[in-house]
Amino acid sequence: MTVLGQFSLWLALFAAAWGAGTAFLARWQDRPELARIITRSTYGVCAALLVAALCLWKGLFAHDFNIEYVAQYTSRNLPESYIFAAFWAGQKGSLLFWATILSIFGATAQQVTSRRHEALLPYVAGITNVVVAFFVLTMLFSANPFERLPFTPDDGRGLNPQLQNPGMTIHPPMLYLGYISITIPFGFAIAALLSKRLDTGWIHAMRKWTILSWLFLSAGITLGMWWAYVELGWGGYWAWDPVENASLLPWLTMTAFLHSVMIQEKRGMLKRWNVALIVASFLLSIFGTFITRSGVIASVHSFTQSNVGYFFLGFLLLVAILSFTLLYVRWPLLEAEARLESMASREAAFLFNNLALVGIAFSVLWGTLFPIISEAVRGTKITVGPPFFNRVNVPLGLLLVALTGIGPLIAWRKASAQNLRRQFVAPVASGLAVLAALLLAGIRDPYPLLAWSLAGFVLGTVVQEFWRGMRARHRMHGESAPTALVALISRNRRRYGGYIVHVGIIVYIVAFAGMAFRVTREVTLAPGQSAEIRSPYGHTYRLTHMGVSQYEQLNRFVSAASLEVRKDGVSMGRITSEKRQHLDSFKRKTFEPSTEVGIWSNLKEDLYVVYAGSVGGTDQATYAITINPLVMWVWLGAGILITGGLITMWPGGPAVQQRRQSEAQAGYDARLAGVGAES
Amino acid sequence: MTRRELFRSGAIGAGALALALRRGLGQTPARPSPDSTVADPLARPDLVQDRAAATAADNDPVIKELEHRFRCTCGCNLDVYTCRTTDFTCTYSPALHREVLALRREGKSPDQVEAAFVAKYGERILMAPEPQGFNLAGYLLPGALVATAGVLLAAVLLRRSRRPPQPAAAPAQSAASPSDAERLARALRDVED
Repeated sequence: MTVLGQFSLWLALFAAAWGAGTAFLARWQDRPELARIITRSTYGVCAALLVAALCLWKGLFAHDFNIEYVAQYTSRNLPESYIFAAFWAGQKGSLLFWATILSIFGATAQQVTSRRHEALLPYVAGITNVVVAFFVLTMLFSANPFERLPFTPDDGRGLNPQLQNPGMTIHPPMLYLGYISITIPFGFAIAALLSKRLDTGWIHAMRKWTILSWLFLSAGITLGMWWAYVELGWGGYWAWDPVENASLLPWLTMTAFLHSVMIQEKRGMLKRWNVALIVASFLLSIFGTFITRSGVIASVHSFTQSNVGYFFLGFLLLVAILSFTLLYVRWPLLEAEARLESMASREAAFLFNNLALVGIAFSVLWGTLFPIISEAVRGTKITVGPPFFNRVNVPLGLLLVALTGIGPLIAWRKASAQNLRRQFVAPVASGLAVLAALLLAGIRDPYPLLAWSLAGFVLGTVVQEFWRGMRARHRMHGESAPTALVALISRNRRRYGGYIVHVGIIVYIVAFAGMAFRVTREVTLAPGQSAEIRSPYGHTYRLTHMGVSQYEQLNRFVSAASLEVRKDGVSMGRITSEKRQHLDSFKRKTFEPSTEVGIWSNLKEDLYVVYAGSVGGTDQATYAITINPLVMWVWLGAGILITGGLITMWPGGPAVQQRRQSEAQAGYDARLAGVGAES
Repeated sequence: MTRRELFRSGAIGAGALALALRRGLGQTPARPSPDSTVADPLARPDLVQDRAAATAADNDPVIKELEHRFRCTCGCNLDVYTCRTTDFTCTYSPALHREVLALRREGKSPDQVEAAFVAKYGERILMAPEPQGFNLAGYLLPGALVATAGVLLAAVLLRRSRRPPQPAAAPAQSAASPSDAERLARALRDVED
């Protein structure tokens, strides 16, 4: 299998290099007849990498511990779902996963892109082939997943216990899908620059890829938050770790692009900015991998570190230089077709929105790199942790939330004073009502007050937009409210799907602000002893230690500590947290003990219990108990956001139906004309 | 069997099943009596982490706030409080916690404890650098750049909005054929959606 896998990698490298070389040669020598060959090269690369991927999975499931990667990340008693996920648990497998998925995306882009944008496709194939070739080269010369050991161990090391979580089977692939799929919009942007086809065609060709990529990133980031929350046991879901920051960076620039591209489509403006945002998003996705893999910045996520990071740094610099040089060369062709006319226009609001998003991206990047910069300038190592990021980013984030509400309220080109008054009254009243309610509830912390009031304002904006649209449909078509709502969304998917995404973002913001009220307590209890913890909502939990039970399960030995929970005297059931000592198939300890958190969750708050250990080998247990308000809203926000995103990119809709009808009509007219000519 | 006998035997069977489930399947591992406060030795104490009993000082808000300021030196990237209440295999954060407790017992204020930590471990011990000297660049640069760009953008937009509106161009005779016009309309619809 390793021979076939190795051979497939070389074949993929050859096909990718040949496809990319031919693409640029065809451009250089102006030979459009090579287009089909270039397109087909992507299918060849995809097939070769799929074979390589299957070979690695075969090795993993067959427990072929002579393969270094298999021995490093699996063991005989590892559950099968985690054997499957071990494919991307380590660096070498991740690289193969990345290259394979990119090749699938590259081939899919060739298949699904409308023939109207055919001229761009050879260049897109060339770009995806270059990126795939880079990944395969990195594998072959620095991180080969098929590398064999000089001996065969009797069992593998197993998978890091923190990665033995259902979230791990889906979080990394989802995030990788986000990172990887950015290559396709990047390919279209570079294709447009190379072919000088700089009208809105390339934007239409890649629109859905951009949303898809953004959705994958959103889902990947949220799943990462969920994994950190349920698995790491520190009671939170975001720690401003460099790797978390790295995933946020392309998300921010992609979000900026999804807004600014509307200005290009509507008004023919911001063409240079849009190309720059897509290039930046791609570079930041590579930067994320560099951060994860190089170990240049300390991170809890740096499970694997090697010199591969420097391959990525070299590639990052090369792509940045080439892309921005190309943008500079094509600068005159990207002249705006119109000019901004007023401060009170949606274009201006979107510009400020872009400024806030890119500003936050810069701030996150700056904070992530500041330890290195500080060391270079002052020679002193410093730490840049959550207090820094919160202090710098929270004000910018609140500005962004405000702009999320303002943008949809202002008309394109220029809004009149009367229009502004009419649009803003209800949302501002909604925000003020939330503020008043919070003040009456006794909340005085300025950041949550501001965040929740702004959330009220944005929600007011969205409700107003839906309400007016539904009312208009009711007046015009006599539709009932539910019918009008469905028709409104289905006939304007992009607009109303976008508003639903805004609701998702607001739900996230509400949940994030809730963490300002978290309560923590550490207690040691003998069986039968109780401790109390007061919720920020005013009620009290009484937790009684029930003892520790120990048993063997799957590939681990479990010590489970249970607490009986009573809320204001009413029994709520039992909550259990575990300490797990993972063992190999010979019952030898592997890795340090890990923690399974006990979480009791509702819409208001999470009761989060961690069994820290036992005192002197007895069942007297030490617990870390936390009450985290509004955490469930983070996951609900993700669901709303993804629903909105899917609506936005869902195929079909009136525009497509009308186009199909008019195309059919055009064909009918042509036949009639032919018949008329013959007669 | 009459209908009544059938129902009776069914009810007896269901009751017996419920009892069996309660006694058998639903039975939880033997638990100590809730009244008992005696800690029994564990069957495998070697397979669970040994942990010191929590004290009142561990929950002192001042201690917690201080420990949130300090980074654990084990390389985990977490602050001391989070590390000691999360990564229970770490030996560094409990030691740093004991140092904080000792300094507080000496009567030092939180700022004095911080100064002592910085003097001993260097500036890197702080989770966020002090906002002074070059560190100010770290704190202020992003906000300053966004503010400057925002002001410039607003100035440009305001200048443009003060310009007299351009006279509308005379409607030119459209050179587009009906089919071109239809294509244009279709393209516009694409953009609108």
